[in-house]
Amino acid sequence: MTTMTYREAIRAALRKALRDDSRVFLMGEDVGQYGGAFAVSHGLLAEFGPQRILDTPLSESAFLGAGIGAALGGLRPIVEIMTINFSLLAMDQILNNAATLRHMSGGQFHVPLVVRMASGGGRQLAAQHSHSLEGWYAHIPGIKALAPATVADAYGMLLAALQEDDPIFIFEHATLYPLEGEVDLSAAPADITKAAIRRPGRDVTLITYGGSMGITLQAADALARQGLEAEVIDLRTIRPLDTQTIVDSVAKTHHAVIVDEAWRTGSLAAEISARIMENAFDELDAPVARVCSAEVPMPYARHLEEATLPKAAEIVRAAEGMLAHHG
Amino acid sequence: MAEFVMPQLGADMTAGKLLRWRKNIGDRVQRGDIIADVETDKADIEVEIFASGVLDKFLVQPGEKVPVGTPLALLREEGVAILSAGTVSPLARAATAMAPLPAAVPTPVIVLPPPVVFPSPGRLHISPAARKLAEEQDIDPASLTGTGPAGRITLEDVQRAVQARTAAQEPPDRQTRMRQAIAAAMARSKREIPHYYLSTTVDMSRCVQWLAQENARRSIADRLLYGVLLLKAVALALRQVPELNSIWKEGKAVPSADVHVGVAVSLRGGGLVAPALHHTDQQSVGGLMKQFLDLVQRARAGSLRSSELSDPTITVTSLGEQGVETVFGIIYPPQVALVGFGKIAERPCCVDGQIVARPLITATLSADHRVSDGHRGGLFLAALDRLLQEPEKL
Repeated sequence: MTTMTYREAIRAALRKALRDDSRVFLMGEDVGQYGGAFAVSHGLLAEFGPQRILDTPLSESAFLGAGIGAALGGLRPIVEIMTINFSLLAMDQILNNAATLRHMSGGQFHVPLVVRMASGGGRQLAAQHSHSLEGWYAHIPGIKALAPATVADAYGMLLAALQEDDPIFIFEHATLYPLEGEVDLSAAPADITKAAIRRPGRDVTLITYGGSMGITLQAADALARQGLEAEVIDLRTIRPLDTQTIVDSVAKTHHAVIVDEAWRTGSLAAEISARIMENAFDELDAPVARVCSAEVPMPYARHLEEATLPKAAEIVRAAEGMLAHHG
Repeated sequence: MAEFVMPQLGADMTAGKLLRWRKNIGDRVQRGDIIADVETDKADIEVEIFASGVLDKFLVQPGEKVPVGTPLALLREEGVAILSAGTVSPLARAATAMAPLPAAVPTPVIVLPPPVVFPSPGRLHISPAARKLAEEQDIDPASLTGTGPAGRITLEDVQRAVQARTAAQEPPDRQTRMRQAIAAAMARSKREIPHYYLSTTVDMSRCVQWLAQENARRSIADRLLYGVLLLKAVALALRQVPELNSIWKEGKAVPSADVHVGVAVSLRGGGLVAPALHHTDQQSVGGLMKQFLDLVQRARAGSLRSSELSDPTITVTSLGEQGVETVFGIIYPPQVALVGFGKIAERPCCVDGQIVARPLITATLSADHRVSDGHRGGLFLAALDRLLQEPEKL
């Protein structure tokens, strides 16, 4: 096991992929000379040269489209989009080409494209750099969407993504990059079909993914101090969802709180809530609760940004509210 | 005095590692001079100072990783005396420890709106999980009081009702349990065992006379009751008809090597037990008397040993004290016979052509026809009668 940061783990996976497979290359804004807006690709240009590490113009639609073309042509491109807000400029390529070509060609074409991008708030980068739109991608048939929440998953899930023959999106919550953790650099690519139980518990299931894992585990600790044992599920893959793990846990705890940094309305949290209702209705002892961001464009001011984002105390309050009668 | 702190070299930088100092203590530095190299997640960066003066003290050594804002060095104005090590502010020292940065503002308190609840009249307010359990456990949810939010009946409310019902159903007293056990054993006996009944009248004159003489020379505490003579006689008679001293096991009678007569003892609260007098045939009547008294006392105190309850090979029941003349007992499975005695009473009886008064007792045998026949049962009662005519040999 090696201790490294989330960003270093992604870099290690990129380096391994670039070394092991000559079809792999990385492109995006500032990924070469600058080393990446979040320093993920720092040093890779010097190591692999400008044919493998490509700085692109500020035109998400163009370089995402180029990635699709390269994938169709037999390469294994990794496209980095600086933030999830910017990825909206490439939405036409993503939805109308990347996600559909396999289906529209009757399976004649595959688009083995890996797209990575930073998401989420908490760093005072305001309303054009801080949103959590992962749920928008989880809405699209034809792509897979991953949200690694741990250092080991940052490494293992990227390697797994590179084995896919169809488009796959990886959402890296920007506050996770400095997170330190252990990773086994010799491990096989991660299993991207299953959610993970990060903490077992019997009283309430807390379901989350990506950047909200930290506050969710804090909330579980706070609940434990009151004698309430929360089970924490890290979804890991948000499309396709591992419904079974969620339902099994709810069947055990009979209570569920979904923690999702996205806006509540029409969110991934809404989808999970619906699946619990569809698959575990008779197991519920209380309505499913959601802890999401306030429905406003992300404010710049620190106190307003903090007020907007989900907090551990809100998760605790939601769980307490449904377990109140146990006291 | 000015502090030179770990700068934030990017929006997401929370900490940096000091690689090396470019200046030494005592060096004069000017705003804009590069005085250190810092490693961030992105790159190694040359760090400038934004004040002028003389480097007074290094607070962080190369190789240390510290949070953004941690003082790295102290700078004094030129001409001011060199600071001694002891005067470094405790705050500056504390800040060098790798601790999370304090939040700039206290976390605002967010008040969530209460969940919307629609308690529709006439419709039961119950959670799906509670409804499911209530159905499985056959509990009417309408009979429950909800303790959940807005009075919802929760899973726990149903679980409590299940527990309460279970507690109510459990027969708490021993009395009821004993009645149930007797009922089960007797019903099984009458269902499975084809009983036959024989009785004979035994002249107890010799026993009564022998007991009077014997008890006259015994201390009060050691005196015998006629019951022990009956028990010993039954035990000895069984040696002659051993099939009555058997245990029914897996469809056949297995003769017992030992004779352990079970003595029916009625209990004060009702019901009875029939614990064993072990090796009844081998004990003296004096020994049997002591053991019998002990057994009765312990049976009524509820402190019998398990072997005493499981070992009897036949049961003797005597209802003479209650004035009963004849007992028609039900065999206690897996035993295959039961001997009953009524009261000893003076009755007219023909002896050598004369009608005389004699103390008589009726002995009965209830026996399992699968194991023995009336002929063998008759031989047993005859042997019993003979033995009771020679009490001194018992």
